[in-house]
Amino acid sequence: MTESIILTIITAATPLLLAAIGELVAERSGVLNLGVEGMMVTGAVAAFAVSYSTGSPYLGLLAAAATGIAMAGIFAGLTIGFATNQVATGLALTIFGLGVAGMVGEAFVGRPGVGMEPIAIPVLSELPVVGRVLFAQDLLFYLSVVLTVAVALFLFRSRAGLRLRSVGDRPEAAHALGLHVGRIRTLAVLFGGLCAGIAGAQLTLVYTPQWIENITAGRGWIALALVVFASWRPLRLAVGAYLFGAVTIAQFHAQALGVSVPSQLLAALPYLATILVLVLISRNRRFTMINTPAALGQPFVPDR
Amino acid sequence: MKRLATSLAALLLAAGGAAAQDPTKACFIYVGPIGDFGWSYQHDQGRLQVEEALGDAVETAYLESVPEGADGERAIERFARSGCDIIFTTSFGYMDATNKVAGRFPDVKFEHATGYKRDHPNVSTYNSKFYEGRYVIGQIAAKMSQSGEAGYIASMPIPEVVRGIDAFLLGAQSINPDFKVRVVWVNSWFDPGREADAAKALIDQGVDILTQHTDSTAPMQVAAERGIKAFGQASDQIEFGPETQLTAIVDDWGPYYIERIKAVRDGTWEQQDTWHGLAEGNVAMAPYTNMPDDVAAMAAETVEKIKSGELEPFTGPINKQDGTEWLAEGEMASDGELLGLNFYVEGVDGTLPQ
Repeated sequence: MTESIILTIITAATPLLLAAIGELVAERSGVLNLGVEGMMVTGAVAAFAVSYSTGSPYLGLLAAAATGIAMAGIFAGLTIGFATNQVATGLALTIFGLGVAGMVGEAFVGRPGVGMEPIAIPVLSELPVVGRVLFAQDLLFYLSVVLTVAVALFLFRSRAGLRLRSVGDRPEAAHALGLHVGRIRTLAVLFGGLCAGIAGAQLTLVYTPQWIENITAGRGWIALALVVFASWRPLRLAVGAYLFGAVTIAQFHAQALGVSVPSQLLAALPYLATILVLVLISRNRRFTMINTPAALGQPFVPDR
Repeated sequence: MKRLATSLAALLLAAGGAAAQDPTKACFIYVGPIGDFGWSYQHDQGRLQVEEALGDAVETAYLESVPEGADGERAIERFARSGCDIIFTTSFGYMDATNKVAGRFPDVKFEHATGYKRDHPNVSTYNSKFYEGRYVIGQIAAKMSQSGEAGYIASMPIPEVVRGIDAFLLGAQSINPDFKVRVVWVNSWFDPGREADAAKALIDQGVDILTQHTDSTAPMQVAAERGIKAFGQASDQIEFGPETQLTAIVDDWGPYYIERIKAVRDGTWEQQDTWHGLAEGNVAMAPYTNMPDDVAAMAAETVEKIKSGELEPFTGPINKQDGTEWLAEGEMASDGELLGLNFYVEGVDGTLPQ
């Protein structure tokens, strides 16, 4: 039973982690993309449509990634190319994404989808306890772990990551040093789109293999909030996502056991717990200041 | 709200050409997307039946995914302004908004689903006795369950949902007096992810039958994955669990919608409170599948008994959850009591959120 509970938690946390890690990179470069929900939901419908038509969940995953990148491309073109307001553009992207996904998905409503089968890693998956939980998962779980570690290493242990962060903190200085602010930000935003797209694919290929309108149900917004509360640190983000997933699942178990606490309070617990823990770990004000991208949300237009 | 623009455009166009033939305009407000394959989907099927049956005599428009509360009121008012003759608001949470707008538009007819407030003469309410179906599936659950425990995924703590839980348990206990039901509230009508999580939590705790009062097909899929049985909600969900669905409680709103829109055309529309069930065909059971013949026969027999009035699920003796008496031997709950039901009957675990 513990095993299957942990599996449930992982399934609930993975889409949050995937979407949030992409957004984290975009925000570290100074771009606030509120379109995560929109990119996620178009990724979800693309994954469903392609996997349903071809029978291959992996082609669906590719389609979702491409769709996420395309959606992020629109956003990058507007906010970086034309220096439009990032908040307004991001909100528009979400509304646009939900609308387009609903329209494209209409033909697929009420059809059972193609689920992604777990891949057991030889030897490791035979370990007691952790084997089945950690090493006999679907591809998207492995991907979320690899991406989180890779992003952490990239941002804080590589020169390219340093450049990206400098663009997010002091774009003028980075520009003066000869860095191409627009190009770096565009790549970061596209990576965000890629991650949001595959986060959407997780919903229609693993979490609930079906297409229903509005399947994301606000998960993009939770991912956005996680990034802020994790003070833009990848490993804290992972902690936040799993904590959120764990408390979500725990409150369902508490209800099923007949615990007499109002279910509305239980439903609010994941949010409360996540806020509480992340507030506690970010009590150090200086640490938070250092980690907040200073130029977040500000368009950069170099004056030549 | 995504089709707002197109719907409004259609309405404006319609308003321009209305003089010539004067079709009756029927407008629908849905709480979920019409693609939910559950509650809102079935209401929209009703709308399509109206179009089919009345043809050119009627024009329909709808708004989907309209939040309950202030947004709902705006949407209803917009419809009322745009020349709708009759507006169906199809979720409990639109109750106050519907009555408020109705006071401002005395010439427009309002029909509110599942509510009980009729503050103005132009407001009717309508509902279906889904609880009759829930009594039937309760009996099936008790016959089919090995563990003697069913999981119930509930949405919002309103009388409609509480009635369903009580009726389900009463049905189950009529077969197995020790039957238990575990209830999990997801506080949402429609969130496939949360519904799936709730389903998994219930299964992990040992239930081997799932039923739900939420609108997506996610719990059915989880049940299929985990190899237990489940009941479909609002529409026949057999495609999501060919080897899982036992039956489903299917809503059929079409006949009521056609009748009421015709009444508006004939000028015979009057305020009323309609509460139809299995007997009138508003509630129907999907084919009985994945169960032995004798269980299916029992279910069919119960349906017939409810239809003929021989059996009424809420007939005493019934105790409240705390063991105090609610209905004495042979006593029946009044419609008023059922419509405002806000407590569990004996045998449900857990506290009802208030």
